[in-house]
Amino acid sequence: MWRTTWRSLMAHKLRLAFSGLAIVLGVAFVAGTMIFTDTLNRTFTALFESTAADVSVEPAAAFEEGVNGPSGTTAHLPSALVEQVRAVDGVAGAEGYVQTEGVYVLDRDGDVLDTGGAPGVGVSWFDDRDLSPSELTDGRAPARDGEVALDQATAEEIGYTVGDRVTLLTPGPRIEAEVVGIFTFGEDGGLAGASLTAFELGTAQTLLGLGDGFTGINVLAADGVSHDELRSRVAAAVGRDYDVTTAQEQADEQSAALEEGLSFITVLLTAFAGIALFVGSFIILNTFSMLVAQRTRELALLRALGAGRGQVTRSVLTEALVMGLLGSTLGLLGGFGIASALRALFGSFGLTLDGNLVLSAGTIAWSYAVGVVVTLVAAYLPARRAAATPPVAAMRDDHVAAERSLRRRTLTGSVLAAVGGGALTTSLLADGGGAAQLVGFGGLSLVLAAIALSPVLARPFARSVGAILPRMWGTTGHLARENAQRNPRRTAATASALMVGLALVTAFSILGASTNASVDKLIGTSLRADYVVSTAVGQPFTPEIADRLRAIDEVDAITQERFGQAMLDGQGTLLAAVDPATLDSTVLLDYVDGSSAGLLGRGLVVDEPTADSHGWDVGDTVEMVTATGDTAQLTVGGIFTANQVIAPAVVSLETFTVTGGAELDRYVFVDVADGAGTASVRSAIETAIDPYAVVTLKDRDEFAGEQKGQVDQILMLINALLVLSVLIAVLGIVNTLAMSVLERTREVGLLRAIGMTRAQLRRMVRLESVLISVYGSVLGLGLGALIGVGLSRALSDQGISELVVPGGRLVLFLAIGAVIGVLAAVWPARRAARMQVLDAIATT
Amino acid sequence: MTTVQQGTTAADALAAAHTYAARGAALSKVYGDGDTRVVALDAVDVEFRRGQFTAIMGPSGSGKSTLMHCMAGLDSLTSGRAWIGETEISALDDKGLTRLRRDKVGFIFQAFNLLPTLTALENITLPMDIAGRTPDQAWLDGVIDAVGLRERLRHRPTELSGGQQQRVACARALASRPDIIFADEPTGNLDSRSGASVLSFLRTSVREMGQTVVMVTHDPSAASYADRVLFLADGRIVDEMAAPTADRVLERMKAFDTAGRGATGVI
Repeated sequence: MWRTTWRSLMAHKLRLAFSGLAIVLGVAFVAGTMIFTDTLNRTFTALFESTAADVSVEPAAAFEEGVNGPSGTTAHLPSALVEQVRAVDGVAGAEGYVQTEGVYVLDRDGDVLDTGGAPGVGVSWFDDRDLSPSELTDGRAPARDGEVALDQATAEEIGYTVGDRVTLLTPGPRIEAEVVGIFTFGEDGGLAGASLTAFELGTAQTLLGLGDGFTGINVLAADGVSHDELRSRVAAAVGRDYDVTTAQEQADEQSAALEEGLSFITVLLTAFAGIALFVGSFIILNTFSMLVAQRTRELALLRALGAGRGQVTRSVLTEALVMGLLGSTLGLLGGFGIASALRALFGSFGLTLDGNLVLSAGTIAWSYAVGVVVTLVAAYLPARRAAATPPVAAMRDDHVAAERSLRRRTLTGSVLAAVGGGALTTSLLADGGGAAQLVGFGGLSLVLAAIALSPVLARPFARSVGAILPRMWGTTGHLARENAQRNPRRTAATASALMVGLALVTAFSILGASTNASVDKLIGTSLRADYVVSTAVGQPFTPEIADRLRAIDEVDAITQERFGQAMLDGQGTLLAAVDPATLDSTVLLDYVDGSSAGLLGRGLVVDEPTADSHGWDVGDTVEMVTATGDTAQLTVGGIFTANQVIAPAVVSLETFTVTGGAELDRYVFVDVADGAGTASVRSAIETAIDPYAVVTLKDRDEFAGEQKGQVDQILMLINALLVLSVLIAVLGIVNTLAMSVLERTREVGLLRAIGMTRAQLRRMVRLESVLISVYGSVLGLGLGALIGVGLSRALSDQGISELVVPGGRLVLFLAIGAVIGVLAAVWPARRAARMQVLDAIATT
Repeated sequence: MTTVQQGTTAADALAAAHTYAARGAALSKVYGDGDTRVVALDAVDVEFRRGQFTAIMGPSGSGKSTLMHCMAGLDSLTSGRAWIGETEISALDDKGLTRLRRDKVGFIFQAFNLLPTLTALENITLPMDIAGRTPDQAWLDGVIDAVGLRERLRHRPTELSGGQQQRVACARALASRPDIIFADEPTGNLDSRSGASVLSFLRTSVREMGQTVVMVTHDPSAASYADRVLFLADGRIVDEMAAPTADRVLERMKAFDTAGRGATGVI
């Protein structure tokens, strides 16, 4: 007797642990995602928030720039303006500063420190310490030409200390300097991987060719003057040519811009948090249904003894509340682990996040809301059902809850599927920007439809695809198949987790493969240049490089390409600037109308989608406003098929410079004379660019590889997230199987009694598991293929000209799905096989 | 019972196997130790002759179920030896026991005898399907006709009445022609009419098909279908009755009650 009591207690404990684990995991994924996103935000905010000032003054921008878009301007403030600002009532201090991208520290081997895509920033040193975001940790401030201070992370990484001599690449010349100080930046001392080099003000001004001008002014408020008040006063003093912002406004602007820039990552993470939440809720619901079902007799006894329905429900809910609170707390802790793992993952991609993880009140609130609310809801549904069971019925031995009809599911699912299918079909026919949104909407509808319909489809699937099980494994296969379709809702919900994860990954795999194929085709057909010189991530570099290349005899043509942001007829566009004379020999655009000659003078050539959206034709006049506020009237001289190598709108270098564009190249295309020896030309070019360690030389294949590398990196990230979603899916399957095994204890006992071996029993559980996971995988692959194809087609005007469905990869995903099934079954199968025959038969 | 004790050499075992479908020698089963020590079986010697229908009776806690479980290879012995046919089951490991149950033993439980996912026919052939053997079709047809379920073979258990379900269980136990069938209160959950049809069937299987059946029951009228009744009390066989009738069995059981009360001093 004592033994049975102990065993039932242990079994109960295990079940409790299961539902507890479900809550912990669900909350951990949600909390982890939120903590990581907050940390990401904080780090980038610190990076872009380059001021400790209360109010800052900068050249007026004609429009908001995205974080990702290169501004490409050299706008600056005259030194007299600083005096003007100082004179404003309420200003405690004001100091002009210089800040620029494109300053890189070379290591002892003469290579550029890999910042993983983060910029190399040069700044002037603030004399007024109250206005500086930097703080010295060693040495002193740079005081004259030939002295620099480095940020601590960069100095440590390269191994420079005070007194060392360093070589720096700047937007201007390459310089030698002595390290006189080491400093930390901002509150966390972190820069998300960017390197920071500080110069004495005059040196910085000279480097940028600013004369005695500045790129901005930091202003400190006197006591008692609010930042908003000070901003108004300063703004009134400097006039409309300058933007005056408070620290708060800047932070807000930057975080808004950041959200836009990181929206891709955030959307992905949110999607995975959604999966986590879905699976977590499902596991909790599943577990509580089981817990309550197991206790039906106990509850019925309570009812028979006179407990009211409400009392029974409340007793279950109280238990759920306690478990929800406990689980959420542990889940929150688990969230830190997940966020750390994500940070390490991003670190391996070169995106270093410094400082501590950020735990916001929102994260805590959401974690508890999710954990407690989901648990309560999950417990309430079965509790209500249990309380509604008539006591007598529940006391009977064979009481089985009636199976609910799937009619409503079928109806909802069919409507959603029709809507989603319609939206996808429409997107294939639609042109322009709306197509992607339609695919998004259609894809979401289809995913929801699949979730709704999956219990309905589970039986036909088990019957048709599952038909191979009895053929291959006889009775065990037969029983596994039958078991898989016994509770189609549970089977479907279990499979859904895998389905959603695989659908996302499949869609992105198709998009990625299509993009890569398109890049290959594009570079094959449109890149005429033999070589491309650029930095790894499109950072700007000095035009001296192009001049040196031009001097090489074998080089036929050089095209410099620069980028900037501009408003064309009121709409913000990424603008490229090239040399019209050499464009055709390096980058061949497929002109629908006009030609590269259309760039001459104040000419503009645009890609087809841009022209279509504005209704422009060759010969039309377009008004351009650049970030500096300069305007120009441009004449459309050509319309070309969208091309990833170049921006949607292209002007000549001359137009670009006249309207305030910075004289910094992002790409240099090199065309070599026919018949010139490849090896000798290449070494000549390499010699020419050798002093500029920031740029590298790529032939066409290498350039294509680099372009595809970016796509592959995003795919890697998505695959890493797949691992997460697979992990949760596995837990869901383990949970379902463990529940099923518990539920079927007597069946297991009977099977063992009449002669089923342990190995056969394990195989039965394993086959059921594989059937469920393959079901989820097949649904996911199908959905993902639809969405991926739709997305690729919708983005065809963005340069994704090819459609590639990576068959091998999809087969691999399916295989992974099957393996997941095998792995998830290990523990439940072992549990089933270990059951003592007698105990199993005796269980009531 | 002396024959049992002598039957320890291989030759003797073979000879005994001709006579007995199953037998046990000095079977003991002890649960727990110290204060919680419970002796469920106390050195029981027992044998079940081939082609005989034996009922095991006794008050609750007398050890009748334990005896059956140990003889059927469902539970392990603390000491003693047991044979089914010529196989000594007390020497078998789990794998051997599983195979033995599958090939040599038929089971009928009180409830939950059938897998809800399988049809009646699939349930009947399940042990052979698990073993990967093809059923003897003529025998199978005979069994199915004997239980009178030909019309219901495609039905799932939930579509069958309790009596029908137990008859399917009987058919399953018989289908693989086991050495012995163990039935644990097979009519415990049935009304008297359904119970009678199951019991008649078991008796027919013994009389006409030469089966050996051992049935645990607490119902005197169920026991009256058997060829002999073994009475257990406190883990020992205390009496045996040949050609039982319900009245005689009832009388014997009443004697237990009185003895029991006397022993525990309730009256």
